[in-house]
Amino acid sequence: MVAALVIVFREVIEAGLVVGIVMAATKAVEHRGQWIAGGVLAGFVGACLVAVFVGAITAAFAGMGQELFNASVLGIAVAMLTWHNVWMARHGREIATEMLTLGKAVVAGSRTLLALAVVVGIAILREGSEVVLFLYGIVTSEGGWSLSIFLGGLAGLALGALISVLTYFGLLRIPGRYLFAVTSLMIALLAAGMAAQAVGFLEQANIVTAFSAVLWNSSGILSDSSLLGKILHTLIGYNDQPSGMQVAVYLATLAVTYVLMKLAAPTPIPAHLRR
Amino acid sequence: MPTAAKKTKWTGAVLAAAALWLCFVGAPQVSAQTATVEISIKNHHFQPTTIVAPANQPIVIRIKNLDPTPMEFESVSLRVEKIVPANGEASVNIRALAPGSYKFFDDFHQDTGNGVLVVK
Repeated sequence: MVAALVIVFREVIEAGLVVGIVMAATKAVEHRGQWIAGGVLAGFVGACLVAVFVGAITAAFAGMGQELFNASVLGIAVAMLTWHNVWMARHGREIATEMLTLGKAVVAGSRTLLALAVVVGIAILREGSEVVLFLYGIVTSEGGWSLSIFLGGLAGLALGALISVLTYFGLLRIPGRYLFAVTSLMIALLAAGMAAQAVGFLEQANIVTAFSAVLWNSSGILSDSSLLGKILHTLIGYNDQPSGMQVAVYLATLAVTYVLMKLAAPTPIPAHLRR
Repeated sequence: MPTAAKKTKWTGAVLAAAALWLCFVGAPQVSAQTATVEISIKNHHFQPTTIVAPANQPIVIRIKNLDPTPMEFESVSLRVEKIVPANGEASVNIRALAPGSYKFFDDFHQDTGNGVLVVK
């Protein structure tokens, strides 16, 4: 039971954090519950599909199908997160004003919800497919469902959901006028980390070979596989042995996001026109 | 003198940065032919548990899963993770390595599935 709990929990940490951040980032947006629940559901269905077709995916692209698949879905997630940030840079103020004056959620933000629902779906699809495969392995090898494994898996899932809840309510403690700034920064770091991870998969597939030497090794201080390392891996893209290219792409993603957000920001209203 | 100590520190930092830069830009130029190593997994144990590969050239590990359940070949120090389907096989690419021992494991069965790649 403990083994099932540990493995399931380890896999759902990332998805749990992502859901919590996304929920906080869309606090003021109407119908976000349905969109994010839709993302979770789609991610779960996708995870089962990936698990079923893992053989075909592995054999595709001269045996490098898994790497390309992971790099692609991560790339999509990076694009969606960046788009959300740029969109919020443009419309965040309207949403905040509308929320203050009307005191209720707004309809305007629903466009960015699709992007974030995709991100949630991808996070669950990637981690969930491993959970499905792991549990499937137990079921077939240890002669069917045992109650203890089922309970262990369920407890792992519940802990993952708890991470979502804690992240969400933790972020909501931030005063309203800073919340958008904080969630934008967190989403930018999330995107940069995912971009670096995508590069890691492309390096594993021998597609990206430049600057592949490991830049530093901090596994002695904080290992990727420890709980804290894993959480930081998701939140800020921490990697204990990154390649030069991964660090470069990480920084480039942050820089591009920053520039795009600056370009998208609405020009401030002149003081004499302000009310 | 604090200034002298500071100066030594700076020289050290510059040298370290230069060394880092050398291994950074030097690595991609090392191109040798690829060494292939094979390993299988049966009853969630690696066979053999120790595999050997030459140093300073790229390595391909071919993993044969003889079990009716999927496994995930993973290594922190080799920076790979790959699912090997039930009764299936998969390959992982490893960059050229310095001599040493690199541990790997079956992420789905960490209590039994442990092995080491010895590079020399």
